[in-house]
Amino acid sequence: MSQYYTSVDHFVLVPAILLALFGCAVLLFDFLLFPEPRQRKYLVWFVALGLVFTGGALWRQQHFLSVQKIDSITAFGGTLTIDGFALFFNWIFLAASLIVALISYKYLETAGEHQGEIYGLILLANCGMFFLAAGTDLITLFIGLELMALCFYVMVGFLRGDRRSNEAAVKYLLLGAFSSGFLVYGFSVLYGLSGSTKLAAIRMALESRGASDPLVILALVTVSVGLLFKISAVPFHMWAPDAYEGAPTTVTAYLAAGSKAASFAFLMRMFMGPLAPSRELWEPLLAVVAVASMTVGNFAAITQSNVKRLLAYSSISHAGYILLGLIAGNDTGVQGVLVYVLVYVFMTMGAFLVVAALRRKEMLGEDLEDMAGLVHKSPGYAFLMLIFLLSLAGIPPTAGFIGKYFIFLSLIQTGHYVLAVIATLYVAVAIYYYFRIVRSMFISPLTDRAPAATSLGLKLALAVTGLMTLLIGIYPEPFLSLAQNSLLR
Amino acid sequence: MDHILSIVLFTPLVGFLALLFIPSSKPAAIKLWANIAGFAGFLVCLPLVFAFDRSRDFQFAEKVPWIPSIGASYNLAIDGYALLLVVLTGLLGFLSILASWAAIETRLKEYYGCFLLLQVGMMGVFMARDFLLFFVFWELVLVPMYFIIAIWGGERRVYAAIKFIIYTLVGSVLMLLGILALYYEHFRQFQVRSFDVAQLMNTQLDPNLQWWIFWAFFVGFAVKVPMFPLHTWLPDAHTEAPTAGSVILASILLKMGTYGFLRFSLPLLPDAAKNPTVIQVMAVLSIIAIVYGALVCLMQKDWKKLIAYSSVSHLGFCTLGIFALNPAGIAGSMLQQINHGISTGMLFLIVGVVYERRHTREIAEYGGLLRSMPIFTIVFLIAALSSMGMPPLNGFIGEITILKGAYQVSLWWAGAVVLGIALGAAYLIWLFQRTMLGEVSEKNAALKDLNAREIAVFAPLLLLALWIGVYPKPFFQVMDRSVTQIVELVQPGAHAGQMVPNRLASLQR
Repeated sequence: MSQYYTSVDHFVLVPAILLALFGCAVLLFDFLLFPEPRQRKYLVWFVALGLVFTGGALWRQQHFLSVQKIDSITAFGGTLTIDGFALFFNWIFLAASLIVALISYKYLETAGEHQGEIYGLILLANCGMFFLAAGTDLITLFIGLELMALCFYVMVGFLRGDRRSNEAAVKYLLLGAFSSGFLVYGFSVLYGLSGSTKLAAIRMALESRGASDPLVILALVTVSVGLLFKISAVPFHMWAPDAYEGAPTTVTAYLAAGSKAASFAFLMRMFMGPLAPSRELWEPLLAVVAVASMTVGNFAAITQSNVKRLLAYSSISHAGYILLGLIAGNDTGVQGVLVYVLVYVFMTMGAFLVVAALRRKEMLGEDLEDMAGLVHKSPGYAFLMLIFLLSLAGIPPTAGFIGKYFIFLSLIQTGHYVLAVIATLYVAVAIYYYFRIVRSMFISPLTDRAPAATSLGLKLALAVTGLMTLLIGIYPEPFLSLAQNSLLR
Repeated sequence: MDHILSIVLFTPLVGFLALLFIPSSKPAAIKLWANIAGFAGFLVCLPLVFAFDRSRDFQFAEKVPWIPSIGASYNLAIDGYALLLVVLTGLLGFLSILASWAAIETRLKEYYGCFLLLQVGMMGVFMARDFLLFFVFWELVLVPMYFIIAIWGGERRVYAAIKFIIYTLVGSVLMLLGILALYYEHFRQFQVRSFDVAQLMNTQLDPNLQWWIFWAFFVGFAVKVPMFPLHTWLPDAHTEAPTAGSVILASILLKMGTYGFLRFSLPLLPDAAKNPTVIQVMAVLSIIAIVYGALVCLMQKDWKKLIAYSSVSHLGFCTLGIFALNPAGIAGSMLQQINHGISTGMLFLIVGVVYERRHTREIAEYGGLLRSMPIFTIVFLIAALSSMGMPPLNGFIGEITILKGAYQVSLWWAGAVVLGIALGAAYLIWLFQRTMLGEVSEKNAALKDLNAREIAVFAPLLLLALWIGVYPKPFFQVMDRSVTQIVELVQPGAHAGQMVPNRLASLQR
C-alpha cells in the first residue's frame, strides 16, 4: 500500500471493489460459462454471492465503527466517508439489488429478453449507489451518479423489441443527461466559490459567503434541479411515469426503489452538508416542491388505468413526503427520511413484484383490469399486494405508517403545521387510488383465468418484502434504533 | 388473570388465524368455526364482568414496552365505561357472526375472517391506554369493514365502502396530528417520550393549543360518531353493508367516536371542552343531528336507510349528553351508547330477517307481517319501543338521564331532546304500522316466522333491553367512577357529591 492507497482507503473501498469485480465477472461468466440461454438463470447465484460478499465487507465496516466507537472513517483524503448514514443506505441498496436479481430471470424469460448483462448492470448500478451514499466529494458523487444512471439507461431499454421500452430509455437518457448538465454546472459554481471539491470545504466557503450571495443562489438552484430530477420531484418528474411504464417491471422496481434511495442519499449529503448554510433559501423552495409533488403525484395517480403508471405517480408523491423530513430538518426529520426510505424500498418493490408476477408472454398484466379478481386465482399475491398498498398509503400496522409517523412528528416539532395538515390530508387522497387496485383485485369478478407466474426467486423476494413491510410496521424498534445511529448531522 | 385483557383481545385473532387453515371447500366447517371463535370471544369477556372491581378506576392493566425509542407501549386497561363497551363488543361480535349463518353464502372464509379481525380492532380501541396503540387499533378497523361493505353489500356497495374509508381516514389522520402535537408538548415539558394516556394527562397545555388539538380530535371522533355535518357516509355505509356489517357499524363502530370524546377529548383537553364556544358548537351540531336525523327518517322509503338515519339522531343524544359536562349528561350518554348498540343492533337484524326472505328493503313492499310472522312482530315491537325510549325498556332510562343532564344546562337543550324523543316515536311507530299492520299481500303472507337460530340471536338483546330498562342500577354503578372522574377532570369540584344518575335510578325502582 502506498501513500495514495492506504489500508484505510482499501478498507473503505472494498464493497465497491467487490461490486465492480462481481459485476464484470458476471458479464464474463455469461459469455464463457453459460452460452445456453437456459443456463443464464445460474448467474443469479453469482449475483447473490457477490452481494453476500459485499454485505460481509459492509458488516466489517459497521463492526469496526461500533467497536472503535467512532462516527466515521474517511478515506482518500476526504473523498469517501463511511459513516452510519452511508452504511444504512448501502444495506438498503444491497437488499434492493438482491430482490431485483431474484425476480429478473423469470420476468425477462417471459418477456423473451433474458440476457446475462442485466445482472452485471444490477451490480454495477449498485456500485454507483455505493459512491452516492459514501461520497463526500463532488467528483466522486458525480461519477457514482453517472455510473448508476448509465446502468439504468440500459436497463430501462432492456426490452429491445418493445417500443415502449425503447421510448422510455431514450426519454430517460435525454432528460437525465440534461439534468446532469445542470448538476455539473452547479458543481462548477460550487468549485468556483470554494476552490475545492470536498463537501466540507465547500460548506465552510458558503458559510462565510452568506446565503444571499447571487452565486450561492445560482449554485443552489442548479444543483437542486439536478437532484430533484433524480428523485422525480415535481416539476422535474415528467420522465418518471414513462420510464416506469416502459421499463421491464423488475427494472422499474429497481428504479423506483434503488435509484430513488441512492438519489435521496445524495440529496441528503448535499443539503445537510455544503448547502446547509443556505437553509433559509432552500427550505421554502423545497416546501413548494414537496407540496407540488404530493399534489401532482396524488391527483395524477387517481386517473391512471395502468398500475405501473399509477405506482409511478404514487412514487412522485412519496418523494414529496420524504422531502418534508428534510424540510423539518431536525433529528426526527432526518430519522424520518431514513426510515421512510427503508420502508419505501420494501413496499414499493413489493408492489412492483406483484405486477411483475402477472406478466405473461401474450399479456403485459399491467392494466388495472388485468388484476380483476386476482384474489380468486392467486390469493397470496392479492393479499401481499393489499399489504403493500396499505403500507404505501400509510395505514397502521404496516411499515408505511412508521415512515409517515416520523415525517408528521418532525413537521409538528418544527412548527410546520400547514405542511403537516396538507401531508396528512393527502393520505386520504392516496387511499382512494390505492383502493382502486384493491377493488379490482378483491371485488371485480375474475376475467382472466390463466395462472399468474411463479418462481422460487419471486416467492423469496415477495416473502422478504412482505415480511419486512409487516415487521417494520409491527415491531419497528430495531430499525428505528439503526436509523437513529445513522443520522446525518 | 394477569393477561385477561390480552386473552380477550387476541381470542378473535387466534380464531382468525385458525380459520385460514380451513379449506374453502368446506363451508359448514368455516361457519361452525367462526361461530365457535365468536362465542369464545364473548365467553372470555365474562370473567371481566365478575372480576371487575367497582371501587377502582383502571384495572386488569398490562404494560409491555412496544417501541421504547418513541415511548409507545402495549398498554391495556379498562374502567367501567370501557368494560361495558368491551362486553357489548364481545356479545354483538358473536351475534353478528351467528346472524350471518344463512345470509352469506359466498367467500365465507374472507367474510368471517373480516369479522374476527374487526373484533380485534374494536376491542383494542376500547382497551388501549397508549395513544399510539389506540390509533393502530382505530385504523385496524377500517380495512375489514371496507371489505365487508364492498364485497357482501348491496348495489351501491363499492361507492359506500370507499366513502366510508375516506371519511374515516380524513378524520383519523387529522386526529393523528393532534395526538402528535400532544405527545410533543408532553415531551417538551417532561423530556420523556410517552404515549401513555395517564402520563399525557399531566401535560399542562395552554388553552390555545388545547383548542387546536381539540378540533383535530374532533374531526376524527365526529366523523366516526357521526356528528352533523360529517355524517353523510353513514346512510350509505349502513344501508349498503350486509346485515351483520350494519349491526357492527351501528352498535360498536359509532361508539368509538363517542368513546374518543369521553376518553380523550374531555379528560385531556378540559379547558377546550368547557370553552363556551366549543360547547355551543357541539350542542348545536348535536341538536341538528337529533332533529334533522329524525325528520329524514320520517321521509324514508327504504327500511334500512330509516334505521341508519335513526342512528344519526340517537347519537345526537349521546353527544349532547357528553357536552352537558355534568354527571347526568355523561352517565346518560354512556348508557345510551350501550342502549343504542342493543336496540339499533336489533333493528338492523330485523331488517336483515325480512331482507333475507324478500330481498327488498322498500317499506311499501311490506305490510301486515303480523299475520305471517307473529313472533317477529313482537320482537320488532320491543326493539322499536326500546329504541324510541318507552318505559320499561332501556332507551327510556338513557334518554331520561340525558334529558336531566341537558335540562341542568339549558331549557333549550332539554326542549330539543324532548322533540327528538317525540319524533323518534313518530317515525318508529309509523314504520311499525306500515310494515307490520294492515293488509297482508300474497308475497308477505307466505313468509316464515323466525327460526330457532334467529330467536337465539334476538333473545340476549331483548333480555338486555329489558334488564337495563327495569333495573339499570348495576350499569350506573359500573360507570359511576368513570363518570365522576371525567366530570372532575373537566369541572373540578363543580358537581361534587352529586351522583344524580344513581339517585335517579333508585328513585324509579
